[in-house]
Amino acid sequence: MTALKARGTMTRRELLSRSAAAGAAFVVGTGWVAGSNAAWAMEVAHLKPETMATLIQMARDIYPHDHVPTEFYAVAVKGYDAEDKAAAVEAGIAALDAAAQGKGHAGYLAMGWERDRVDVLRGMEDSAFFQTIRGGLVTGLYNQKAVWPLFGYEGESFSQGGYIDRGFNDINWL
Amino acid sequence: MAAPFELTDDSVVVIIGTGAGGGVLANELAQRGVSVVALEAGGRYFPEDYINDEWESFGQLAWLDTRTTSGDWRVAKDFSGLPAWIVKAVGGTTIHWAGASLRFQDHEWKAATTYGPVQGANLLDWPIDAAEMAPWYDLAETKLGVTRTGDRAGLPGNNNYLVFEKGAKALGYTEVHTGRMAINSADYDDRLACQQTGFCFQGCKWGAKWSAAYTDIPRGEATGNLEVRERCHAASVLHNDAGKVTGVEYFDAEGNLQFQAARAVCVAGNSFESPRLLLNSASSMFPDGLANSSGQVGRNYMRHMTGSVYGVFDKPVRMWRGTTMAGIIQDEARHDPSRGFVGGYELETLALGLPFMAAFLDPGGWGREFTTALDMYENMAGMWIVGEDMPQETNRVTLNHDVKDQYGLPVPNVHFSDHPNDVAMRNHAYARGKAVYEAVGATRTFPTPPYPSTHNLGTNRMSENPRDGVVNKWGQTHDIANLFVSDGSVFTTGAAENPTLTIVALAIRQADHIAGEISRGNL
Ligand SMILES: Cc1cc2nc3c(=O)[nH]c(=O)nc-3n(C[C@H](O)[C@H](O)[C@H](O)COP(=O)(O)OP(=O)(O)OC[C@H]3O[C@@H](n4cnc5c(N)ncnc54)[C@H](O)[C@@H]3O)c2cc1C
Ligand code: SF4
Repeated sequence: MTALKARGTMTRRELLSRSAAAGAAFVVGTGWVAGSNAAWAMEVAHLKPETMATLIQMARDIYPHDHVPTEFYAVAVKGYDAEDKAAAVEAGIAALDAAAQGKGHAGYLAMGWERDRVDVLRGMEDSAFFQTIRGGLVTGLYNQKAVWPLFGYEGESFSQGGYIDRGFNDINWL
Repeated sequence: MAAPFELTDDSVVVIIGTGAGGGVLANELAQRGVSVVALEAGGRYFPEDYINDEWESFGQLAWLDTRTTSGDWRVAKDFSGLPAWIVKAVGGTTIHWAGASLRFQDHEWKAATTYGPVQGANLLDWPIDAAEMAPWYDLAETKLGVTRTGDRAGLPGNNNYLVFEKGAKALGYTEVHTGRMAINSADYDDRLACQQTGFCFQGCKWGAKWSAAYTDIPRGEATGNLEVRERCHAASVLHNDAGKVTGVEYFDAEGNLQFQAARAVCVAGNSFESPRLLLNSASSMFPDGLANSSGQVGRNYMRHMTGSVYGVFDKPVRMWRGTTMAGIIQDEARHDPSRGFVGGYELETLALGLPFMAAFLDPGGWGREFTTALDMYENMAGMWIVGEDMPQETNRVTLNHDVKDQYGLPVPNVHFSDHPNDVAMRNHAYARGKAVYEAVGATRTFPTPPYPSTHNLGTNRMSENPRDGVVNKWGQTHDIANLFVSDGSVFTTGAAENPTLTIVALAIRQADHIAGEISRGNL
């Protein structure tokens, strides 16, 4: 599994010249998926790139935080790009696309509005696939140390001597 | 200094489990000159090993052996393999605990008499009372260094407390303070004062919070009378034809089955493992399990009526800074049936880090209702509800013969459903908690369902009459004179207070009794 490429390693033009759009938010090429803003890119070895793009969108739709960039959602689900998981994920995403088609769309990513996508997710929230993805995100997304500052959470404090001199009682608006 | 005892040495007392009950009992017996072998399923960790990270720490310390669940409690659905959040390590759950250390109220020793009959509840009076326990509570508070007892000052209030206190006072609550905590407000007993790091649940890296792991256990070992065998999992307690226990079979760290002989055995594996061990020790003489002539082993499982309330404000609180639980409202702890339920509850401050908040705020929840709450994490304050729940015979730990653990032993199944009194009390507490935060201007509040149980009680309960329970007032089993239970499973009723101070007080008292019986030649 190759880690995410750093922000800005590809220009938008380079990216688009080598890829196809997958919905509005993603572009895909052979063996990779990237944000259409070129902020991040990720290699995929076992899943179809379109499948990974759909999975990332699904992750954001399950736990949407508007101030959290999509690359954190990509990190949260990249573990599914594994030999022993790929078949189940491909099947789950195929079911998701089929549900979208049942509502008259070309597929999940083709639905431009969050409201429509969430509607499809609600319809399958009791499925084992949905519950696996949702359950995995609870740690996959919120246990990323890099995501914590976006929520204000400060994490470990022992190495800094705790908060005894760093504001454990600094509330000033009461 | 470890004192190695021979496997064949039947003069030793064997203690199973080294948490609040077993760890304290081991030291108190060793201090009285009694030879002790303590078997502990977990490994040994000290403050330098503890990790300021919720999931990593959980992976390091939590009891993760297989368990199963049933009943209509939400934990059985959301955390079906994890009915309890407890520790598997030398020192037991006193590594995780938050340190809230409250005495029972006097009437809570006599719940059946005080509350009268409650339909569906298996209420019983404890065979001991407040006057008898007072001196043992004094010793326990001194051992733990409990703030606001003796001449120990209270802890300073952190941000989460200051919000809670302001709301509480606005509602007219008067018994509001930073708690009676086994956390040093000043250096005490060779341990540092609290540095407000905020990871009390993950093991206190400063040693400011009392834990048996770095107090009672090493002190007991220093006497030369205590040997702690870590990573040793007790499998069954054996007995002779006279119906006396003879020792304990256990799997050692290499997975080999060993037998340690004993003069007496004290079971202190917390309220799932203790009854499981007695049930797994069934023999032709005791086909229903050891000490189970009453049929009460495993029954009357209590977990306290719990829940949490989180409030969101328009400005930052940063509740995670500082002590996890140093703040309490005690006004609702009284018994006042006019509220629609018997017994009472405490409200205590509680903070979770972002990772645990995501897991526990609304297990299974998703979408914007969930994420807009977490978006406000920095502006949240939190409190935990802990109240007396009703003992019910049908809430119980049984052996699940269909599922085996890594040693091939049947795992415990934990069955629990709320009693209507528990539900009425929880709803009352949710409303009061919400009112506390709204009084300080909360823009949104959340009732959060109970987490996997941290307080586990009642499954080998104490009774005057052998028909009603498993152990007598000393924690000695009614059926077998040299078999004792020494943990929270002996609780006859749960009271509104966090249990550990009472577990410790009972362990000190039991040590005094056992040492006395040995010197009188009765054991
Ligand atoms: C997050 C958290 C916060 C808490 N906060 C508070 C608080 O503020 N105040 C309070 O009063 N209480 C609190 N508690 C509860 C408190 O920790 C427990 O009540 C107390 O530790 C129970 O003591 P015990 O002796 O019954 O069991 P434990 O302390 O759990 O000890 C049992 C020990 O037995 C071992 N064991 C089990 N089975 C076997 C076997 N077969 N062989 C060998 N060893 C075995 C286990 O590994 C464990 O070490 C908290 C608990 C948690 C999880
Ligand atoms: S807040 Fe205090 S008691 Fe809690 S872990 Fe930090 S130093 Fe220890």
